[in-house]
This record gives sequence, structure tokens and C-alpha cells, in this order.
Amino acid sequence: MNSLIDSVVSTATVAETKYTAKDFASDQDVRWCPGCGDYSILAQVQRVMPELNVPREKVVVVSGIGCSSRFPYYMNTYGFHSIHGRAPAIASGLKIARPDLSVWVATGDGDGLSIGGNHMIHVLRRNVDINILMFNNQIYGLTKGQYSPTSEMGKVTKTSPVGSVDMPFNPASLALGSGGTFVARSLDRDPKHMQTIVKRAAEHKGTSFVEIYQNCNVFNDGAFFAFTEKETKPDTVVFLEHGKPLVFGKDNDKGIKLDGFSPVVVSLKDGSHSVNDLLVHNEKDSTLAFILANMTYNPELPRPVGIFLAIDRPRYEVEMEKQIDSAISKRGKGSLEKLLNSGDTWVIQ
Amino acid sequence: MEKETRVLDEVTIRFAGDSGDGMQLTGGQFTNTSAAMGNDLSTLPDYPAEIRAPKDTTYGVSGFQIHFGTTEINTPGDHCDVLVAMNAASLKVNLRSLIDGGIIIVNTDGFGDKNLKLAGYNQSPLSDGSLSKFQVFQVDITKLTNLALADMNLSQKVVDKTKNFFALGMMYWMFNRTLDNTIQWIQEKFEKKPELIEANTRVMKAGWNYAETTDIFAVKYDVKPAPLTPGKYRNINGNQATALGFVAAAEKANLPLFLGSYPITPATGILEELAYFKNYGVKTFQCEDEIAGITSAIGAAFGGNLAITTTSGPGVALKTEAIGLAVMTELPLVIVNVQRGGPSTGLPTKTEQADLLQAVYGRNGEAPVPVIAASSPSDCFNSAFEASRIALKYMTPVMLLTDGYIANGSEPWLIPEVKDLKEIPVKFRKDPVDYQPYQRDEITLSREWAIPGTPGLEHRIGGLEKHVKTGNINYEPENHHTMISLRAAKVERIANDIPPATVEGDESGELLLVGWGGTYGTIKTAVERKRKEGKSVSQLHLHYINPLPKNLGEVLARYKTILVPEINLGQLIKLLREKFLIPAVGLNKVQGLPFRSIEIEQKIDEILGGKQ
Repeated sequence: MNSLIDSVVSTATVAETKYTAKDFASDQDVRWCPGCGDYSILAQVQRVMPELNVPREKVVVVSGIGCSSRFPYYMNTYGFHSIHGRAPAIASGLKIARPDLSVWVATGDGDGLSIGGNHMIHVLRRNVDINILMFNNQIYGLTKGQYSPTSEMGKVTKTSPVGSVDMPFNPASLALGSGGTFVARSLDRDPKHMQTIVKRAAEHKGTSFVEIYQNCNVFNDGAFFAFTEKETKPDTVVFLEHGKPLVFGKDNDKGIKLDGFSPVVVSLKDGSHSVNDLLVHNEKDSTLAFILANMTYNPELPRPVGIFLAIDRPRYEVEMEKQIDSAISKRGKGSLEKLLNSGDTWVIQ
Repeated sequence: MEKETRVLDEVTIRFAGDSGDGMQLTGGQFTNTSAAMGNDLSTLPDYPAEIRAPKDTTYGVSGFQIHFGTTEINTPGDHCDVLVAMNAASLKVNLRSLIDGGIIIVNTDGFGDKNLKLAGYNQSPLSDGSLSKFQVFQVDITKLTNLALADMNLSQKVVDKTKNFFALGMMYWMFNRTLDNTIQWIQEKFEKKPELIEANTRVMKAGWNYAETTDIFAVKYDVKPAPLTPGKYRNINGNQATALGFVAAAEKANLPLFLGSYPITPATGILEELAYFKNYGVKTFQCEDEIAGITSAIGAAFGGNLAITTTSGPGVALKTEAIGLAVMTELPLVIVNVQRGGPSTGLPTKTEQADLLQAVYGRNGEAPVPVIAASSPSDCFNSAFEASRIALKYMTPVMLLTDGYIANGSEPWLIPEVKDLKEIPVKFRKDPVDYQPYQRDEITLSREWAIPGTPGLEHRIGGLEKHVKTGNINYEPENHHTMISLRAAKVERIANDIPPATVEGDESGELLLVGWGGTYGTIKTAVERKRKEGKSVSQLHLHYINPLPKNLGEVLARYKTILVPEINLGQLIKLLREKFLIPAVGLNKVQGLPFRSIEIEQKIDEILGGKQ
């Protein structure tokens, strides 16, 4: 960078200290409602952080407005609690200005997909290397219970007393459609899975979009229980694992196969199908990712959870640095003297 | 026949034609040549809002005005002395700018039946006597251009594109200008297309020769060099100067420069300009919208960059909430508003000064922001530099106001020596011991800048009210009042760090004109003319509007009447009345146009009562 910035920031890219989860907990009291799914997300992120070996001073968490956006206050890293919907834009500016940082965004379905929807789609298409954790609780929590852009149709809330009439976003499809290079889904009540996904998101070079089903036990309690509780989960969720067939069910007795472009459920115990007939997940296949994401609201199909897509594509901030480097190598490092004196000049004696 | 040469002190020429006729280029070339010949000058382009409006219509007319002279030139000129009209529509639109007895040079080929009809003429103004009070020169530029290139085997499209050089050649003859500068420019511009070098040069010379040899033109004019301050000059418009000011500030602060912006007329030029400066390490981020423009800049400011965002009035409206965030998080940021006609989409390509109150007050909550206004194209350089200095020193967003008139207008700029530009001292916090994010400097009241990547300074900032020292969320009533007061006091204290207001004219007297922004040159011209008549009138131009210079109240009190000319319905005047309780008088015009000096002179006469 060759500027004043170099005089204070550490040059380390790998943490010298061996951190624990506690090192990432700030001294602030966590003020989410007791029982909120956000606690689990915070705990998993704090648990994963030490494994990433990123120097703590290089980590920045940016958020917008909403319950999820209180997240930075509880992380003992650099943090920025900004204004509604703008976290992806602030994070983009920060990452472009300072590619040496590990930049995270904590957002929700309202913050990230409604008021901030424009920034979300554009950060995804630009593939700026930031990690976005989108806490989806399908409700506006901080404003006390209005329907959100991911609320199911017919949702009865204070602002939709006879049911909402808008079609919800499917966040994974939206992220894929925006050109996202890492798109995943996880569950607040599945800590192990979330840790894996968060770690993969952090390691991904480019924008990582992780939708996390998060229970709002005050305004939308149980919205995801069908997918998170052990009684129902095996039959309602299919976990996507790279290179593995899509098997689910209590006794791993069901699977997903493709009928044309449409996924269908087949039985593995009635003798009609074997594991070899099943769709094998490939997280490098963007067409497949669309098909899988599209299973989301289909009541006939289990809910796909895991990594839909993880591919490499040029990153905005890297490409920008390349242009700068190339301009410097072609034209030489700019001198202010030369710049001010460029164009047609003349001398008055 | 030896032709007569008359010497003039100053001349204003307006080149006008269809938007495809290359009038901006023609005017630009005439400007560069006149500058190189030592004239002082000021220029103003006037483009249609439509990119390529239907050919030959009045709304497709593009104009370029240059005012140049042996004397000091402060404005692009109230009226023009010479009008070059390439078609009927351009004559119709611009005729009212021409002085009685002025010169009109028309391309007769642009006055055919179809041209006349599209321009809304029932009969040709060239033959109906309506131009009798002007000196009209009718030249079939199109035909003469074709003849000049007859043996070159060029397509008609290419030939048509050179005809503006014929007009330029004639004007170079008429005003005794050298062709050398433009020939050199043509050679560089068309380096890889020798046939275009030949064609454009040949057509320009043909224009010059035509004027020299035919009897139509009997008189040529000479405008001798102006007594400018010695030094190296370049011609610069406001947007270019703004861009350079930021690059200079970044260098003097030893910080990387980051611009987050969304294209908007008339501010886009700054983004375009800075996008070229990649080898200076400048990062320009063209965003998805105005809000991302400013918020990405806020992110970059958090990361330790000199961060700026550039826009015009409607864009500022969209950025409003984020400006408040920068106020609250106390991060350095410059917001440039190149003002245009409003409200709403308004008049995008026209100038106005109606965003002053938006700049000073336009936010929710008590959110004071320093406001600086540039007074001329070249002053945009100093203003951008100064806005950056204040933002960095006081850890605050700063609003820099320019306008469409000075952004697009250009003038010769005495290029500053890099060593003469003041250093901008910036210090990032490094010591983790006892770090408190909202601990303040006792003098400036600014908090320390601690940037991510610095070990041991991990902290959180945000838009919620924060504790006076730790910056943690705090809802205590007294704390909120303290923080509101501190943020206001911080901006107020900038008054200790800016130059006092100075008067051009008398220390006291009958009348003081107080202006701000792009009206400087026009007010100056008017005041100087009236002073020559012996009137007690002086000028004070404000560069700092929030806070105002400390001595301003005392200065204003020394004049019997205060006149505030503004291109709005009276915004600065509200601030002055509110702060100093004075009965100032306004002069207001909101037509999307700059003031003409004569309008200000008339108001001065009205107040001072005719000749004294």
C-alpha cells in the first residue's frame, strides 16, 4: 500500500497467537431475547474463528439494522453497526480499500433482502471477497413482528392481519441468480453443520452467502422446527455433500433423483431404486445448484441444506489491484507534479 | 487587399450548432489556442440534456461560449459579440445572447427549407431582414468543405465531420490566432489515421484562407495577451480541478484515495477523471446506487483511506441517512455536490445554488456538517484539498458544494508547485494502552482514527448513540445531550482553523455584496464596474458556510446594506439573517442560468440610487 496505513497495521496474515472462542467474545452483554437463534450463530462463529488462523485485528464484522445486526457488538474484533441494508456496500468499500482484511457481514432477511436487496445482489455479482451470514427468521423482529420478504404467503402478522399476499424470496436462488460463487444454507439448531459451513465460507475466495435458518422465538417461534427438530428433520431435510448422493430419511431410506430437470423423491427400500440411481451433488456445477435451490419451497421435496455452489471466479478487489499494478508498470507510479502539469500547458513570462 | 486590424480588450464568441456538429471541440480548440497566446479567459459549454436529440431541432443545439481578453476575465460573458451558427436552430436559440451590432457567421447550408422548418422559422432569417441590426456573414461552409476535400476520396460522413474545422479556421483568421496549436492537436489525436490529419488540417486552413482572400471579411481583430501572473498555466474545468484537488490531498496526507460514486449529471466528470488515475493508486468504485456510493466510501474511511463520494442534489438526498452515519461514527469523508437545477430531477444540465440548506441542515437529528463552497473552476482544486484537510483533521464528513456552471466552465489555472501545497498531518492511533474510541483531542474535539488491522485496538462503532468515551451503545439521557453538544462544538471549532472573511473593495461603506459558490466572477465583474463609476460597493465571497468565518458578523456590520445574490430563492440570506439578525437584501434568479453581471449591476444601482 505504501501509505500511512502501513505504519500501524500488522503485516501478519496468519495469527501468531493460538486463539480460543473466548478471545472473540467482546465485553458487552449480549442483549438478544433469551432463546433466540442468534445466540447459536454467535457461538458457532466464535468457535470457528480460532480455526481460521486469521489475526484477530484483521477481522471486521459489518452489519446493518435489525436483531442480527447487533452481532458486531458481541465480537471482540473490529466492528461496524451501520444503517439499514447498507452493510454489503460498506463491507465492499472496506474490502476494496483494504484487501488485507477478513470482512464479514451479519444481516437478516429484512436488512439483507428487503431494504438492502440492491446492495446484496451487486456484491454477489462483483464477487468481493466478503463473508455474508444472512440470519433468516422470516419475520421483522426488531420492529416487533411484521412479515418479511421471506415470510411464507398468507403470513398473519400485525401488518398483514388477514395474511400476506406476497411471494417470498428464496434466498439461495436469489444469491445464485445474482452470480454468487458460494451459496449455502445452514440451521441454527445444528451447530456442527453451521461450523462446517461458516468455515468453508471463510475459506472461499469471493463473496460467500450463507443463509441460516434462525428461530425467532418471540415473533415467529417454530418457523423452521420442521427442519430443525430431531423428530422431523431426517425426513424434511436433505443435506448436500459434495460428491455424495442425495440420501435422506430416518433410516437413510429415501433419495433424490433427477427426472429430466426435476428432482423427485425415490424410495431406497422398496427395491425400485438404489443409491446408484440418485443425484450426486457437485458443488462446482452451477446448473445443478439452481435445480437444488429451487427445491426449497416445494412441499413434495425435502429442504436442501448445505453448500449449493462453491466455484472460483475473479474477485472485484483483486481485479482492481491488478489494473492499478498494470497502470503503474506501464505508466510508472504517478507523480503529483506530473499530474498537475498534464494536458496543454503554457508559460506566462 | 490589405485588411484592417482592430484591437479589442475583450471578446465573447459563441460557437453553436447541432449536437453532432462538434461545437464543444471547436470551442475547446479556440480556448486552448487563446490560452496559449496569453489571453485570460473563461468558458462555458451549453449542451442539450438529450444525448443526440433529433437533428436540426432547437432542443438539439449545442453551444460553447468563450470570453477572452487582454484584461482580467472573470465570467464566460453576459452576452456574445460573435455568434457562429452552423444551422437555423442554433441561430434561433442563441440569437438573444448576441449584442446589437454583433457578428453572426452562418453556415448557409444549415438554412435549407427542412432546417428552417425544424427550427420553427416560417421564412429564412437570412433573407427576411430580421437580422438587420447585426453584421451577418453568410458562408456555405458545407460546400466549401466538400470542395477542399474533393480529391481525397473520403466518405460524406467523414467530410461532414470536418466542417467545424472550417468554421474554426475562419475564427482563427478573424481573431488573429495561430493555427499551430490545433494542427499539433490534430496530429496527436489522429496519430493512427493520417487521412484524418490531412482532412481536418486542410479544412481548417481552407477556412482561414477563405476569410483571408474573399471580400466578405474586411476586418480582423486582435486581442493582445493579458497581464497574467507569471508561471505555468493550464486550462481546467471545475470537475477536473476537483479531481486533482483530491489526488493532491491524498498525497499530502499520505493516504490512499477511494471514491465511491454513481454516475449523475453534472458530477460524473469527477468519477471519470479519477478513474484514469490508476497509477496513482486511486480506487474508483462505480456503485449500484447513490447510497452504495457513500456507504462504500464510509467503509473505506473506516479502513483508513481518504474517502470521498461525488454526486449532485438528488444523489445527496439519497445519501442523507449515510451522511448522518458518518457524523455519528465520526469518520472523515468528503461529499461533493455538483449542484444542478432542482427539485427532483429538475434541470440536470443546468446550474443552480439551491442545495445550500440541504447541505447545512438536510439530515435527521442534530447532524452538523462543515460546508465549503468553491467559487470558480480552478478554485475547485483548493476547495477539494481544503475539504479533505478539514475532514481528516476533525474526523467528520464535509460537504463540498460546486455547481454545474463551474464544473463545466473552464479557465486558465496557475498550476501550483507541489512543494507549496501544505502537508495534511494524519495520525492513526497505534498504542493499545488506554484506548478509548471516543476520547477526544482537547483542541479539535476530534476522536482518534483507529483502523482495522491495528493490533489491540479492536473496537466497534455504529449509528446508535454511544458513550462519550468508550463508544459503547449508550441510551443515558445526559450522555446523549453531551454527545449532541460535542458533535456540534467540534464543527463550530473549525471556525478557529479557517481564514477570516475578507472584503474586496472598501473596509466599510454603503453596500456589500455577499456571495458564495460559482457566482464569484459575475459579482466581481459587476462590483468592479460599479466601483469604476465611483460607487461605494464592495464584495465578500464566502468559501466556508458552516461554520462561517469568525469575523463575519463584525465585517457585515460595517456596511449600510448587505446584498446577497444567489441562484435560489434566498438560502445563504436565511443563514445570515438567522445568525446575525441583519436585514440583508436578496437578489434571486432561478432559471437554470448563471447571473449576468448586468443583472447584479442593475440591482446595485437600484439600491444605491442611480449614479452617485
